[in-house]
Amino acid sequence: MNKFIKLIFVLIISTLIASSQSFAGKLVIKGSTTVLPIAQKAAEAYMAENPDVKISLSGGGSGNGIKAIIDGTADIGNASRFIKQKEVDLANAKGVYPVPFRIALDAIVPVVNNKNDVADFTMAQLKDIYLGKIKDWKEIGGTPGKIVVISRDSSSGTFGVWKDLVMKKERVIPSALTVPSNGGIVQAVAKTPGAIGYVGLGYLNSEIKAVKVEGIKGSDENTLNGSFPISRGLFMFTKGWPKGETMGFISFILSKKGQELVKDAGSIPLF
Amino acid sequence: MIKQRLIIQKLWFLLLRIAALLNGAALAVIVYFILSRGWRAISWEFLTKAPKDSMTAGGILPCIVGTIALCLVTILVALPIGVASAVYLNEYAAQGKLVRLIRLGINNLAGVPSIVFGLFGLAFFCIVLKMGVSIAAGGLTLGIMTLPVIIGASEEALKSVPNTYREASLAIGATKWQTIRKVVLPVAFPGIITGSILGISRAAGETAPIMYTGAVFFTPELPASILDEVMALPYHIYVLATAGTQIEATRHLQYGTALVLIMLVFGMNLSAIILRAKMRKKLRI
Amino acid sequence: MKRQVIDKGVHSGFLVIALFSITALFWIVVFLFIEGIPILDHVSIKDFIFGKYWYPTDEPADFGIFSLILGSICVTLLSGIMAIPLGIMTAVYLAEIAPPRVAEIVKPIVELMASMPSVVIGFFGMVVVAPFIQQVFDIPVGLNMFNASLMLAFMAIPTICSISEDAIFSVPTALKEASFALGATHFETIVKVIIPASLSGICTAVILGLSRAIGETMVVLMAAGGAAMIPGSIFDPVRPLPASIAAEMAEAPFGGEHYHALFAIGIVLFIFTFMFNLIADYISYKFRQVGEASL
Repeated sequence: MNKFIKLIFVLIISTLIASSQSFAGKLVIKGSTTVLPIAQKAAEAYMAENPDVKISLSGGGSGNGIKAIIDGTADIGNASRFIKQKEVDLANAKGVYPVPFRIALDAIVPVVNNKNDVADFTMAQLKDIYLGKIKDWKEIGGTPGKIVVISRDSSSGTFGVWKDLVMKKERVIPSALTVPSNGGIVQAVAKTPGAIGYVGLGYLNSEIKAVKVEGIKGSDENTLNGSFPISRGLFMFTKGWPKGETMGFISFILSKKGQELVKDAGSIPLF
Repeated sequence: MIKQRLIIQKLWFLLLRIAALLNGAALAVIVYFILSRGWRAISWEFLTKAPKDSMTAGGILPCIVGTIALCLVTILVALPIGVASAVYLNEYAAQGKLVRLIRLGINNLAGVPSIVFGLFGLAFFCIVLKMGVSIAAGGLTLGIMTLPVIIGASEEALKSVPNTYREASLAIGATKWQTIRKVVLPVAFPGIITGSILGISRAAGETAPIMYTGAVFFTPELPASILDEVMALPYHIYVLATAGTQIEATRHLQYGTALVLIMLVFGMNLSAIILRAKMRKKLRI
Repeated sequence: MKRQVIDKGVHSGFLVIALFSITALFWIVVFLFIEGIPILDHVSIKDFIFGKYWYPTDEPADFGIFSLILGSICVTLLSGIMAIPLGIMTAVYLAEIAPPRVAEIVKPIVELMASMPSVVIGFFGMVVVAPFIQQVFDIPVGLNMFNASLMLAFMAIPTICSISEDAIFSVPTALKEASFALGATHFETIVKVIIPASLSGICTAVILGLSRAIGETMVVLMAAGGAAMIPGSIFDPVRPLPASIAAEMAEAPFGGEHYHALFAIGIVLFIFTFMFNLIADYISYKFRQVGEASL
């Protein structure tokens, strides 16, 4: 029995000692689920090219990505929005200088169930739906039926952009279903006939129907020329100017090859 | 009159049988869905390769290894502490306020919601002890969570050791510690192991305590140190089903992972149940 | 002489280790409070518990968890309505009616139910049950209170059943025989003698089962729909306390007000289960004759 207890102590102590050391060739990436498919594709390709590098990837949202950079728990923090003043202040207080890299563009597209015949939303309609003022599809010329509003968890970057650009900072009704990811919205909308949701361009597929906004289709072209009203940049943040593997990875994403992966992942490449 | 009463009894007994049957049916339905949709995903490659193509293909080896690693740390933490606690409660302690307090602590620890263990693990192991998201932090969190189960099982095993054994040992001049070490623990050992397997199997299936302490979304390399973060089977099911990039397209992988997880958990449980049944038979003779 | 010294040392060693559980519990409480109390700088206790709006990331943020508490309570009660009768009836069946052969098969089934990972049950609720109830009841969403309650009932039944069964089993046979001798049927004996005699154990079982349901995370995270609203019907989506913590903790910056608010939710959740456990402990201690509930 004593042996076991000794073992535990040794385990804990060695854990504590080892925790102060960092491992070479290891990259920890955290943050926005919107950037996740890009980061994942890039990580797979980068690890294939550099077999001695170990990359671990977790989601959690933009706030989490930037937080991880400030706390030093990640090498790269993904965010689907720019850093907030509050976060800059927190970083300054801790003596950290977060450096942003814009790695791609993205459009947030309203989506409905395939059975829904609505073809176009105005920004005002979208806002009223999410405010709960419009409750039935017939009010905007669709087939009568209750609108099921699906939204994202309040700390996701996608939600933040939606709130800024569509809601103009007003509040989404409490009865909105919340799901933890873009993929979750796709699934919920595909399963629910009266549903409306919003996803990053990369998540559009045949299970759901993308709807035009103010007559403009969400696409690469319309985002790059600025005509699609709900678009944003996607960022990777590093703690200070990147070095070593972090630098290597960021350079890889910003290279021609990396940007092709951005396109594969369904977002809009910078060039 | 008596006839009527017997009819009432019959009807009620039928209802009770139906109730018992319902449980079995519910379990059967769940297992059926997971099995029928999951088995096609399972192949040699699924069990021995890392996920690839944004986790829409490939296998779940890192998740299996991660779950096993977490379980190992869990057992290293919970087994010694659990058995020692049970030895104290059953062999040394006299009934009193202190014992009552310890028992209250154990019972309440058993009732703490799994997500609260996760919060504690995050605040204490990950942040205060600076372990970060790692096997160590996740395993320690699970270990504390599993402790009450192991204490309960060990105590039961110790109770089943006949008192005559202890008395005989003490009578030939052994001290209490010698008696416990040489007589009581060896006899109780199979029971302790059975209970521990049950406890660990529950830890293997837990998600909430490791979400923020041990498991991550994607890390295809196998862990090299106890401070590495891992993928874990339960968390993998959760992310594939809710946060994956291709939720519908990876359905078969989700069912497959769920199937592997329940096979692991049920396998441990069944072996414990069979072991226990065998032991009971032995004791009866 | 030396042997006695070792023996004493070993004794105190075991005592120290035995205190580990209560120490761990203590530190869990301490950390919950250290990280949770600072939220009171931003919101009063009354507004936190009775506030209707949960907008933790707005500026200014609203930290009212009333709808989350209500969500938890509703889901737990509804699952109790399903799980309590089923659990107790199964226990009665196992302890009184089932032939030993059948009981030997049914008991492991109940144990397997208990060991089913919660994430698998949540997954099942999300993928299989949600579309099913959406169609059958013709409602807009299948991820709702009813779905989550159904799944939680599945998780609570084994707890209720196995502890009740212990209690029923430990009713002295003398009581039973006396009842038979007076001419009561088996069923009458069960209702009028055995259940009253094991009532405290059954109560403990029910409370612990509900405690398990209110603290369960993955099921409500995946199957309850996640809307922070006060439910109007059993088919409305809800966002119980554990689901909120699990869904938002990853995105709440360390040391921020949202982070503190989530730990404060943890305190509320802990208090709920702690109360349940204290009551269960009290009942099983006070009415010990029916055999202590084993966890």
